[in-house]
Amino acid sequence: MMLLSMLAVTTVGVVRARNLFAVAVLSGVYSFLMASVLIVLDAVDVAMTEATVGAGISMVLVLGVLHLTKTDEARPVHRALLPLFVATVTAAILVWAVSALPPFGIADAPIHVAGPDYLARSLAETGIANVVTSVLASYRGFDTLGETVVIFTAGIAVLMLLKRTPSGRGGESS
Amino acid sequence: MKELVGNLAAHFNQWITVFLMVSGLYIVIARGNMIKKLIGLSLFQTSVYLLYISPGKILGGTAPILEDGVSVYANPLPHVLILTAIVVGVATLALGLALVVRINEAYGTIEEDEIFERDTRG
Amino acid sequence: MRLDVILRITAKLILPMMLLFAVYVQFHGDYGPGGGFQAGVIAGATVILYALIYGLGATMVVVPVAVVEALIPLGVLVYAATGVMGLLTGGNFLDYSHLADDEVHGQEWGVFVVELGVFVTVASTMVAIFYAVAGRGRR
Repeated sequence: MMLLSMLAVTTVGVVRARNLFAVAVLSGVYSFLMASVLIVLDAVDVAMTEATVGAGISMVLVLGVLHLTKTDEARPVHRALLPLFVATVTAAILVWAVSALPPFGIADAPIHVAGPDYLARSLAETGIANVVTSVLASYRGFDTLGETVVIFTAGIAVLMLLKRTPSGRGGESS
Repeated sequence: MKELVGNLAAHFNQWITVFLMVSGLYIVIARGNMIKKLIGLSLFQTSVYLLYISPGKILGGTAPILEDGVSVYANPLPHVLILTAIVVGVATLALGLALVVRINEAYGTIEEDEIFERDTRG
Repeated sequence: MRLDVILRITAKLILPMMLLFAVYVQFHGDYGPGGGFQAGVIAGATVILYALIYGLGATMVVVPVAVVEALIPLGVLVYAATGVMGLLTGGNFLDYSHLADDEVHGQEWGVFVVELGVFVTVASTMVAIFYAVAGRGRR
């Protein structure tokens, strides 16, 4: 519960901070706190991925791009009343929707219909003890193929946009 | 009173998730700086991860790695979906940041208001 | 004595351990938390740390740009090839059961090769994106 409160405080910091370098560092702190929360929720694979990807690669990319653009956030021109109103209305609707979910941590919620099946079958059919890996690579392997293609596409697209060829001109000229 | 505190504790996860989601949304619509918008979007995405994984936890269970002597595990299915979502999120962040670099080189600024102004002026 | 002596010496100690940890996470994904994605990101972070401390030029000598860019599609191809192997050995696409003598061994081989493909693609994509972003500001 303390971790979640720290998450909320960090988020307020990200909203209010104007210096973009501070925003980048705060987002790294946020990712790290999120990884800790995920460990408390027993999601160890997800926590490892969130820690490396969010606090590692994401922060390096934002800092690298900040070095290239070299700006700070300007003062907002429009007044923030309409977005604040939209945000509050959305929050109210979401709280009302979320309060209908089952309480935290019970074992017979509807979400647990499909999961225990994989837990029972994994060791017998694939011989792998880490059920997340066996579901990711074997039972739902097609999704992971799509995910790998998404990473590949993002890498190719970033290279197309940003790479400097030896002749001096980089990226698409359109 | 005790029931109210118990109710609060049971739903605290969900309220914080909603708060994070709405803060991410607020950053995306209210701020004009493009890098900050992208960070707000990634904030929104991580709150969705929390929304998916907290119902998967079972009190008294452990991580979904099969071991002798343990019988209650957390539900592995949300973990798999969120793993994919995290990686896709960083891919879109990288692409968005590359676009911001090119926009900066073309317009000289990354504030949305100034870019619109420059476009409508000619 | 240059001002970054501490950084350089510490990096020399830490970088091999980071790479070893990436390989450990990759191959122990079956028994503990881990797998292709985490290991790929850690391996990419190793190269990025080397570039941050020793400079982009030195890194491009050790890990050339052409090699990194050739490795990005290689992982996807390995994954798809494993799927097609499933077709060729008599099952469905991405069916690992017939890749070895019995079903369980086939599954283990399939997961092993597939995670390796994911590792290669993720690591080389991270390094390639870093090269593109860092190389953009040099001129």
